[in-house]
Amino acid sequence: MSGAAPRAAAILPALLAARLAWRQLRHEPARLAAAVSGVVFACLLIFMQLGFLTALFDSAVTVQAALNADLFLLNRTTEALWRSAPFPRARLAQALALPEVERVIPLHVGNAVWRNPIDGQKRTLLLFGVDPSAGLLGFPGLAAAEMAELARGDVILFDERAKPQFGPVPALLAERGAVAAELGDRRVEVAGLFALGPTFGTEGHAVASEPTFWRILPNRGPGQVDVGAIRLRPGADAEAAARALRALLPADVMVLTKAGLIAFEKDYWANTAPIGFVFGLGVAIGMLVGCVIVYQILFSDIARHIGEYATLKAMGYANGYLVRVVMGEALILAVLGYIPGWLLGLGLYRVASARIFIPLTMDLDKSVLVFALIFVMCVVSGLVAIRKLRDADPADMF
Amino acid sequence: MRAVETRGLAHRFGDGEAARTVLHGLDLAVDAGEVVLLTGPSGSGKTTLLTLIGGLRAVQEGSCRVLGTELAGADEARRVALRRRIGFIFQHHNLLGFLTAEQNVAMALEITPVMPEPERLARARAMLAAVGIGEKAGAYPATLSGGQRQRVAIARALVHAPGLILADEPTAALDGRTGHETMTLLQRLAKEQGRTVFIVTHDPRIHDIADRIVAMEDGRIIDGTRA
Repeated sequence: MSGAAPRAAAILPALLAARLAWRQLRHEPARLAAAVSGVVFACLLIFMQLGFLTALFDSAVTVQAALNADLFLLNRTTEALWRSAPFPRARLAQALALPEVERVIPLHVGNAVWRNPIDGQKRTLLLFGVDPSAGLLGFPGLAAAEMAELARGDVILFDERAKPQFGPVPALLAERGAVAAELGDRRVEVAGLFALGPTFGTEGHAVASEPTFWRILPNRGPGQVDVGAIRLRPGADAEAAARALRALLPADVMVLTKAGLIAFEKDYWANTAPIGFVFGLGVAIGMLVGCVIVYQILFSDIARHIGEYATLKAMGYANGYLVRVVMGEALILAVLGYIPGWLLGLGLYRVASARIFIPLTMDLDKSVLVFALIFVMCVVSGLVAIRKLRDADPADMF
Repeated sequence: MRAVETRGLAHRFGDGEAARTVLHGLDLAVDAGEVVLLTGPSGSGKTTLLTLIGGLRAVQEGSCRVLGTELAGADEARRVALRRRIGFIFQHHNLLGFLTAEQNVAMALEITPVMPEPERLARARAMLAAVGIGEKAGAYPATLSGGQRQRVAIARALVHAPGLILADEPTAALDGRTGHETMTLLQRLAKEQGRTVFIVTHDPRIHDIADRIVAMEDGRIIDGTRA
């Protein structure tokens, strides 16, 4: 026996079994099309649920990811940014006691009612109050010159990607140079734009200076802070500084690194808010539906070919060969269903993104993950269906 | 050299009170190169005997030696290994409907996957030519006549040079003339290649192809010498 023969002997049976599986599937194009469309359906279900899930997570942390600071203080009872509980401003002053701390910047977050300048419709947006010169907010499209405008008072910057229901603010701004609007029963001037877009927590955003923030939300005051941003001296270890601050500060605040703040927000949407659970469940149900469909296809396929399988057994094919044939069918269905599933998923992402204004992105991670899920789905269905192979008894052939 | 040799081979279906004995201690010998017909009324146990010899059923009692393999106490792997050295011809041809004639024949060679694909197909085509339907190599079974299908089945049973060919009522689905033609063909090829053939049949029209006819009744061999 030559050197290549044992290796070939190990791979070839699987290839030959897969070829038989393909020939069997190909022989009945109508049944194959029905089977593949079942997998495509499961694939689409999973893509959509996963798309919403990742869009939820990505959109939930765009603000946090854009904050230019190293550590963050939050009220111990805060669950998520859009519903922050304020804590005493004194905590920030206390944090300055740590030598590594270079600067502290208070950030105020509150929900304010916006009046559509065209039709007067009221909608809630998320308002940030911050020292315009601190450079804390790194939102896309936020220019320093616009930030300087905030110092005038009763001036805000508006989220140009907010839902259209807020009114055509960018168009009005381009037309008139400045837009008069109403936010929280206060007349304000929109002096500029930035681009965040809706998240699952809010439909739009606005930025103001601290005094303007307090005027728009009169129940909030200078003594309270929602997010305490801390910049460390160059070269300082964020983790170590966070530990030192936890020891230093009272237990009414938590100290998070930037990665910790992002993880904290994601955890809220994944576990505390039902939304993460709902879409996670959607993925699971998509897989379950896919499993049932593929199992049905494979089971009926085995039942219809039971005589042929028994003949193969009589000819000396072992049960393992027939198992490989059925698993081969499962994997062929996975691949054939995934390709159109991916293309349709891409199309549906485009449609959904345009409808909900939250981008659903088809990236490599998601493509690979969904293929893996479809693959697992087909393998599991195949493993359940092969029990039916026991019915193929060659002694019945006579 | 004996291709098949049974000693005291007995078989029962069911357990306890409901048990029904279908074979009563059979002694049978088939020499290598012999063409043997097994006849008898239905229910006489001849099909059960065939499945035991073919390694399709576990032997319960007695000895059954086929191509040098003792089947008494043999596990599934041993029986699968034996089945690869046997060519089976079924009552209803049992071709795979989704494969062409030559692919069906090549399936008997795919069991040992090391043979190169071109050689496999060449042998399959040569075998189809030998059974007289070389021009139908690319046809699916559904497009073939009953006689053509049984010829494909014969080609499949012979192509891997088996030590023994087992056939169960191979003419049952064919008209008298076609049945006789295909069995004469089988007998001629078997004799040319020196194969042993064991056919279960109650079709008296094909008795002339046999070297020897064994008659069974109620699970016993009543006449094993008639030629």
